[in-house]
Amino acid sequence: MNRLTYIGLGIASLVIIAAVFAPLIATHDPVAQDLANRFASPSADYWFGTDSLGRDVFSRVIYGARISLQVGLTVVVVSAFIGIIIGAISGFYGGWVDRILSGYVFNVFLAFPGLLLAIALVAFLGAGLGKLILALCIIGWVGYARVMRGQVLKVREYDFVQAARAIGASNLRILFIHILPNSIQPLIVQSSLGMAGAVLSEASLSFLGLGIPPPAPSWGTMIEEARQLFSIYPHVLFFPGAAIALTVLAFNFIGDGLREYLDPKQRTR
Amino acid sequence: MKYTILNIARQLGLMLLVIWTVVSLVTLLIELVPGSPATAILGDTATQEQIDNFNAKHGLNKPAFFFSAGGEEGFVWNGTNNRYADYFAGLLRGDLGLSFRTERPVLDLILERYPATIKLAIASMLIAIAIAIPLGVLAGTNKGRITDNLASFIALLGISLPTFVVGPFLVYIFAVKLGWFSPTGSLYPEDIILPAVTLGAALSAILTRMVRSSVIEELGEDYVRTARAKGLSERTVVYKHVLKNGLIPVVTILGLQLGVLLAGSIITEKIFSWQGLGLLLLEDGIAKRDYRLVQGCVLVISVTYIVANSLTDLVYRWLDPRIRLS
Repeated sequence: MNRLTYIGLGIASLVIIAAVFAPLIATHDPVAQDLANRFASPSADYWFGTDSLGRDVFSRVIYGARISLQVGLTVVVVSAFIGIIIGAISGFYGGWVDRILSGYVFNVFLAFPGLLLAIALVAFLGAGLGKLILALCIIGWVGYARVMRGQVLKVREYDFVQAARAIGASNLRILFIHILPNSIQPLIVQSSLGMAGAVLSEASLSFLGLGIPPPAPSWGTMIEEARQLFSIYPHVLFFPGAAIALTVLAFNFIGDGLREYLDPKQRTR
Repeated sequence: MKYTILNIARQLGLMLLVIWTVVSLVTLLIELVPGSPATAILGDTATQEQIDNFNAKHGLNKPAFFFSAGGEEGFVWNGTNNRYADYFAGLLRGDLGLSFRTERPVLDLILERYPATIKLAIASMLIAIAIAIPLGVLAGTNKGRITDNLASFIALLGISLPTFVVGPFLVYIFAVKLGWFSPTGSLYPEDIILPAVTLGAALSAILTRMVRSSVIEELGEDYVRTARAKGLSERTVVYKHVLKNGLIPVVTILGLQLGVLLAGSIITEKIFSWQGLGLLLLEDGIAKRDYRLVQGCVLVISVTYIVANSLTDLVYRWLDPRIRLS
């Protein structure tokens, strides 16, 4: 694995620590307002300064990691689960099942620009954490399904699968004991990139006012709130912006590094 | 030749099927709205008469679909006089319904804003190409060296930096501090540059990586050795031979990304108050709960996306004989 992958792993660990131990790390209540202290510059008391309502930006960024990871993890787990099952069915059974699933259903979901579908769903359903996660899962599963289908098509021709079939193993057993473990590597890559995508989508929707409603300290919401007076108080936007960029970058580094590592043809050194 | 036509027909068939599904989804999505659109628009104080008038004007007094299931009566057949059939019939006439708020045709509202979005998307594509080709060639011809690592790092940065972080920073540096552009809106022709760079940042990063790997792959081909052997300069080899062949996959990505740019422009338009389709969707559609307008905007953006993708696919197959034959 290259250096960038380790940098990615390092940043991701920091974000996870921030999310898990947020109450211990945060120096202030993330939603407590102090109107006498609006737009304070970074100082010993307020490490990242305060925002338009006098809330501590550092504590909000730390608690924001919670929201990002909570959304990211849930979306990755749920959409990977759904995608793996549908992709496995499509690849394993082939024939008309595969033609309907990969030829039609996958195409329909890929036909929507992901963010637009999420925006449309949230616009009609209303904003909120649960609905946001639902919308991101609906756009996310098809990526895993495609990867899984491709892997199944490849692995099911291997000799050990033929051997298992010859000694009378059931379809389910072949699928879960023999094919799934051999398909896991590209799925991990996909999950890592999916995590970056989910964190970015959550922030984007929150930025558009369609994600998690205020006063919850979502990074996207913080940027939207800071944008109005950005030219006078740039620090309020800088810190959540850096947090999103670093988190997304970290998971992209990890995904890219793993992909290169797992595919010897792409290995540069 | 026969196979080609069959393939094109199949491709177009799939495209129509996908469009039909997308339109159906968009049409039925409106049924998910909590409460009724009438009370959302008219408010809680509206009289029953006002609500009835509103519903009659927008065809909301009809059943939603060909049949309804559940409810007290169980399965009921509603016939063809329903909202789903109405919307499709309207579409075929080029009618997207009337805006719930302004009561103007949705199609007119969209056509007023669409050119601005297309203009922005094309400008950002041009900027992305202008950045990506030199950067990608530089990285690809110096594979593994420091220039390559630097270019690849910049590319990954471009993919990871969200539009809504890049945009405000560009505004801060180039509009507020340096005063080269207007901070929002488009007062002068050059004001398209900041939004276009913001929107194109991710695309230029993707393209850089594509160009890089294409160049690396093509440099290993026999014809490169031949070109070098007959004494062509490295510059001619790279720009005349390698790049020409390496650009085929890049063209594909460009086509596929046009749709992504249209969808992504929603965020960019919000940052720069760019009066395009995205801002129409956000400010006049979603914020004012004008669901008919939301439907129309989502429909137009996704159909553009689908058509762009399908056309790209056809062009790609035609460009590359290896795919055309197989």
